[in-house]
Amino acid sequence: MNVALYEKIWMWAAGGLIVAFVATVLGAAVGSGLQPPSHVETIDPTKVFTDPQFGHPSVTVGPNGTTVVSFGMMFAFNPAVIRVPAGKPVTFRMTSADVTHGFLIVGTNANTMLVPGYVSQFTTTFRRPGEYLIVCNEYCGLGHHVMSAKLIVEEEEKGATP
Amino acid sequence: MSTRTSRLALANLWVAIVAFGVASAMALMQALSRAALELPWRTAKMYYLSVTAHGTLMALVFTTFFIMAFGYVVAERSLGRSVPHEGLAWTGYWVALVGTLATVAAILSGKATVLYTFYPPLKAHPAFYIGATLLVVGSWLWSFVVIRSYLAWKREHPGEGAPLALHGMLATVIVWLIATVGVAAEMLFLLIPWSLGLTKTIDPELARMLFWYFGHPLVYFWLLPAYVVWYTILPKVAGGKLFSDPLARLVFVWFVVLSTPVGFHHQFMDPGIPASWKLFHTVLTFGILFASFVTAFTVTASLEVAGRARGATGLLDWLPHLPWKDPLFSSVALSMLLFGVGGIGGAINAAYGMNAVVHNTAWIQGHFHLTVGSAVALTFMGTAYWLLPRLTGRELELGLLARVQPYLWFLGMLLFAISNHITGLMGMPRRIYDASYGGSVAAQAWSGWTDLSALGGVFLFTSAGFFILVMLGTGLAGKRRDAEPIEWAEPLEPTSPKATLFDRYGLWTAVAVVLVLIAYAYPLWSHLQMQRYGSPGFTPF
Repeated sequence: MNVALYEKIWMWAAGGLIVAFVATVLGAAVGSGLQPPSHVETIDPTKVFTDPQFGHPSVTVGPNGTTVVSFGMMFAFNPAVIRVPAGKPVTFRMTSADVTHGFLIVGTNANTMLVPGYVSQFTTTFRRPGEYLIVCNEYCGLGHHVMSAKLIVEEEEKGATP
Repeated sequence: MSTRTSRLALANLWVAIVAFGVASAMALMQALSRAALELPWRTAKMYYLSVTAHGTLMALVFTTFFIMAFGYVVAERSLGRSVPHEGLAWTGYWVALVGTLATVAAILSGKATVLYTFYPPLKAHPAFYIGATLLVVGSWLWSFVVIRSYLAWKREHPGEGAPLALHGMLATVIVWLIATVGVAAEMLFLLIPWSLGLTKTIDPELARMLFWYFGHPLVYFWLLPAYVVWYTILPKVAGGKLFSDPLARLVFVWFVVLSTPVGFHHQFMDPGIPASWKLFHTVLTFGILFASFVTAFTVTASLEVAGRARGATGLLDWLPHLPWKDPLFSSVALSMLLFGVGGIGGAINAAYGMNAVVHNTAWIQGHFHLTVGSAVALTFMGTAYWLLPRLTGRELELGLLARVQPYLWFLGMLLFAISNHITGLMGMPRRIYDASYGGSVAAQAWSGWTDLSALGGVFLFTSAGFFILVMLGTGLAGKRRDAEPIEWAEPLEPTSPKATLFDRYGLWTAVAVVLVLIAYAYPLWSHLQMQRYGSPGFTPF
């Protein structure tokens, strides 16, 4: 196949750019542990309200960090207000009690799908104290646009009480 | 040339045009709704219904019928023979049309407000799923006819490679046949029995995996026919030649191989799929980029050839020498510019870790309106200006509107897409009826941008209206004359008619199937091995 010189240069450059993209992604994923939320765990979606864990949505502050247990339902998050300490790892364990929802903390990269029958889990650290808007970002019915909650990130000294 | 095949193409083309017109009207309402304009008919129910109708009519109906029309034109005119199995082709048309009507009826009656992604356990009326399945079945008959056209031609031309336009359509067909296995499985085994009440529950995550097995190659099913226009029609209309025929063939084969085993990049934020498999799909996704980089060079170089043939001599003055008043040329050239921006955004979406910042935000709707909404839709509109007079033997009417329309689309899309990319980065979710969130401070920051997006929507709607007027004016009242011939761009360097490695469709299909098995067989198998719990259906609309 006869390829013009300029196009050859272009193709090598494009190939090099793609290799650089892939290397960046792999480096961040393997080297820095930057992974999307990919927890594999199932739960009966018809029994979320009576589940030993999700039946009591809560925020628990332990020695190894904070755990938030929460679920989405049409058209609210439970709990509606989540308080976590700043600067410390927070693990979210979440699911859905009905249809598929999304969970996005506006202004952060905390973002996960809440798929009925599955438990979503991810760990993140909030550095800036303040009040954050949480929104559902997957269409879940006619009240989708009102499905929201509040995250309050508290200064470290205040956030120590469970 | 046979007018019988032209009739077949026209029948499909008109369904595409009508679907586009209805879907555009739905879009205007959404854009205005997001800007919180107090309109009398503005309700959440109407909004989400219109999002469903817009997505389904644009992404599934307009595209599929347009591609079927264009596929018949390419099969007949590039091979110089009427398409075989004409009865089957018409059967495919009617099956797809009846399916479309069933789906649209379900949506408009308010019983299928599940959006075009129809994620269960949102549960639509069975007519929605059955209708969409019939649309796909109709397209399978079309695929069969295109393949048989090629095989009949090949028997008379042993050892030769197909004309490039048909090569691109065959790649489209192969991508489509591999892709639709996923949606067919989702419809037949999960959604249809469940919506009919034959099964009580459904696994939403399994449905999502099957949907995105189909959902990503779906975008190449839209894009490849647009690439056929860019490679084989655009250089001819511009007055030049195709810079490289073999590299164009390579590009189409590249898509055959890599279109499908990449679907998990739509599910980065999903639970239930191990990170390692998401990463594997990410690497293959970046591989696809290569084909579009090559396309950017080859098509731009072909345009430079055209500009120089028109008398340009300087470094860049070939650009103003190009026929910017020709509606096919300007549509395609502007669609390529928008696709350049959309392609870079696509690389960001695919970037595994970075996806968390934009997933399911307004960024995504900004992104795909640059890709399917511009690279594909604007190219198809430009192609319709070129095609309709050639199929009907009527002159293009309202030529001024046709000349203005692509520029208006370009401007509207820039406003719409840029503002949505920005609000997306600011955390505004996609597909929301109202963006106020009870006066939240974070949400207030979006409001100026949503106004800009609405202004873009008004421009786009006006542009779509111009397109519909030109189509109706031409089809119903265009002056009759001898139709201009349908001609394809010749390669700059004469190429041998002999088939090359890139023309071995069986081989490349086999490579694609192997990659699909590697990417999907184990994740699906291990998913089915898990203790899973079904979900009942919900109709919150």
